[in-house]
Amino acid sequence: MPIVFIPAQLKSLTGGVSQVEMEADNVRQVIEQLDQQFPGIRDRLCDGDELARTLQVSVDSSMGARGLRTKVGDAREVHFLPVIGGG
Amino acid sequence: MSSGNGNYRVLGTRPRRHDGAEKVTGSAIYANDVQLPGLLTGFVLRSPHPHARIRSIDTSEAEATEGVFAVISGKDFPEVADKVADLGEGSVNLSYLSGNVMAKGKVLYKGHAVAAVAAVNIHVAEEAASKIKIDYEVLPSVTWVLDAMADDAPLLHENLFTDHMGEKDEKPSNTAVHMHFEKGNIEEGFAAADVIVEREFKTATVHQGYIEPHVSVADWTTSGRLKIWTATQGAFTARQQTAEVLQIPISDVVVTPCEIGGGFGGKIAVYLEPVTALLSKKSGRPVRISMTRAGVFEGTGPTPGSFMRVKIGATSDGKLVAGEAWLAYDAGAYPGGMIGPGCMCVFSCYDIEHAVVDGYDVCMNKPHTQAYRAPGATQVAFACEQVVDEIAEQLGICKLEIRQLNAAKEGMRRVDGPVYPRIGLVECLDAVAQSDHWKSPLEGENRGRGIAAGFWFGCGLKSSVSASVNHDGTVNLTEGSPDIGGTRTSIAMQLAEVLGIDTFDVIPQVVDTDSVGYTDVTGGSRVTFATGLAAYEAGLDLQRQMAGRAADLWECSADDISVVEGEFKGPDKSASFKELAQELFKDGEPLVARASVAPDCSTNGFAVHIADVEVDPETGKVTILRYTAIQDAGKAIHPSYVEGQMQGGAVQGIGWALNEEYFFNDNDTMDNASFLDYRMPTMLDVPMIDTIIVEVANPDHPYGVRGVGEPPIVPPPAAIANAISEATTTRFFELPMSPPKVWKGLSETS
Repeated sequence: MPIVFIPAQLKSLTGGVSQVEMEADNVRQVIEQLDQQFPGIRDRLCDGDELARTLQVSVDSSMGARGLRTKVGDAREVHFLPVIGGG
Repeated sequence: MSSGNGNYRVLGTRPRRHDGAEKVTGSAIYANDVQLPGLLTGFVLRSPHPHARIRSIDTSEAEATEGVFAVISGKDFPEVADKVADLGEGSVNLSYLSGNVMAKGKVLYKGHAVAAVAAVNIHVAEEAASKIKIDYEVLPSVTWVLDAMADDAPLLHENLFTDHMGEKDEKPSNTAVHMHFEKGNIEEGFAAADVIVEREFKTATVHQGYIEPHVSVADWTTSGRLKIWTATQGAFTARQQTAEVLQIPISDVVVTPCEIGGGFGGKIAVYLEPVTALLSKKSGRPVRISMTRAGVFEGTGPTPGSFMRVKIGATSDGKLVAGEAWLAYDAGAYPGGMIGPGCMCVFSCYDIEHAVVDGYDVCMNKPHTQAYRAPGATQVAFACEQVVDEIAEQLGICKLEIRQLNAAKEGMRRVDGPVYPRIGLVECLDAVAQSDHWKSPLEGENRGRGIAAGFWFGCGLKSSVSASVNHDGTVNLTEGSPDIGGTRTSIAMQLAEVLGIDTFDVIPQVVDTDSVGYTDVTGGSRVTFATGLAAYEAGLDLQRQMAGRAADLWECSADDISVVEGEFKGPDKSASFKELAQELFKDGEPLVARASVAPDCSTNGFAVHIADVEVDPETGKVTILRYTAIQDAGKAIHPSYVEGQMQGGAVQGIGWALNEEYFFNDNDTMDNASFLDYRMPTMLDVPMIDTIIVEVANPDHPYGVRGVGEPPIVPPPAAIANAISEATTTRFFELPMSPPKVWKGLSETS
């Protein structure tokens, strides 16, 4: 079951909880479950019905651009990170 | 996905580049070479003030000038929504993008575009531009990051509120973003430390310094299609940005990426494309604008200057146990994107159990900053690597050994959270230890040796290629990645390897946005990795097709066909790729394959550099005596190109370290907007950059490829600072370490 790491800046919403273990198929489900547990966290991670454009999701060591559709499945870890440009 | 550094026919060889002859003979087509019937020349009028309100613009006299066909200003551009768009690599607020292309209401930096003219030639265009009357209300300005963060700083954007990961402050501010990362328990970490070093650092705003200025040609045709030829790192992102700024359908725009004379991150954002497009629409003629060098310096995006405070604690045996960083980066006129990677990279080379990083992205009256190779990473390496060096000095530990002791490796968690897969920093440091450079003593007065490590993520993103087989058995490879560093060849080599043919049996071509599937920018050290992966997949598809066709031809089951090192083998017949291609051309369908990929991974590149310097205490001049760049390339597809990237990054980093900076005068305008005064290194300033390629296969690529373009710019300023410290026993905490600053620092020490 993957562990979702709560970004340090959102720990005020989780009462200091920094990791949550949950079953989820994709990032959309991860955020829905987080928001049920910690109301308001969805608004900090999403713009409307999409992952915030300033964020990307890291699942284990992968960082992709599939947003809320990113598969989580049997991954070990999920992180929310800033988007990175490159030169 | 399999990985390995096996024995290859093509990979690891050094064929000449496909585009080499055209480039050395001058026949390669750059945007400035494009000629169209009736082509006009454009000129952009730029703000003389760093911060001012535009009360009015009167273009009537300019428009009446003979030979002038169109004049535009901010009012000619459509209003763009205040929304963030995904541009593939990074995202951008479209209203900021539009406002940077042409000022509306306010100018935010000297050089900000305020109007543009299209005329029969540049002389008429410039003369007409001089007749444009602009009434400015000059406003107070700010160009230093800490000043811009102050409560009483002049505000650039009245509607900008500091964002703390989705939560915004109530009071407007120049600080666009605050980021915060933490790992472990920082108090526990520092409590366990036997030695703690804390320093403050400053780095100057620097420019990528690509040799080709920005150029755009636009032809808004009577059919309604907008055709653009430009120097860009990404034809598809140029298409999207142009369409967004002009509020037209993306399908109405076709962008042809011409040959490009360098980019390094500076040719991703659009500047001229929407301007030439509107001038073309208004004049009914195609229009070209070529920037001057001053226009490039003052009107395009340099990379951020910074203020940084870094504190690291270690136990007496040299184990780093706690790290704290406070980083403020110069975003320029609009919110930027470099602070995130700065935060994520500051401790990325070391296994530090407890860490906290705060980062601030700060607007000020400078050009909007952009990427420069590994954006945001060079600054923090300059800070972190010097603090690590000082800890080694205080503990009496070898500076290589302290890095080996603490080096990031597979399984280590970064401060931003993710855990590294297989990476090659340890191998790079081992290569340092085994290198002739490290083993050779450095003797002489005022001489010192420094080392430093650096990291860049590397990314996958989206790439597309198509491959069609010619009846002589060669393959036309069509791709969407502009070739900046030899990637036509490095991608062709991967297709050739799959197919068992020679590099020059693949004919690669970079095409326009109508002619290939969507492809993200040439940036993020991604092209040889991701577009190469697409070529690999297309090659496998061709093999599958040909194996099936061979079964028909040889009247056997497809299961009986095997492909070994490019050779198709049936029960009693075999043929090379070329032989079979020629045979299959006689009847049946043409052989065409395509592949699109979007690999969800980082390629995790590490570099370690060794610098030997001599410092002249009389003048403060630092001479690089010897320099070696060591880097994990995963698999060096074309070692010469990898070495070229390592050398190019190192030289750019040397310039950043020793001379380059935007000089802002008391009026907050740039005083050195030319290559005469903006001092980039020349051949006379650097020795031969020796290279050592380390190959630790990337598990996410079939050939083990990692990105190589960005890591080599990360270590140089830190390595040189460490070398200067060895040479002089004086540490320098500010970039550039130019002769006046070094001389002053040495004078104060003595």
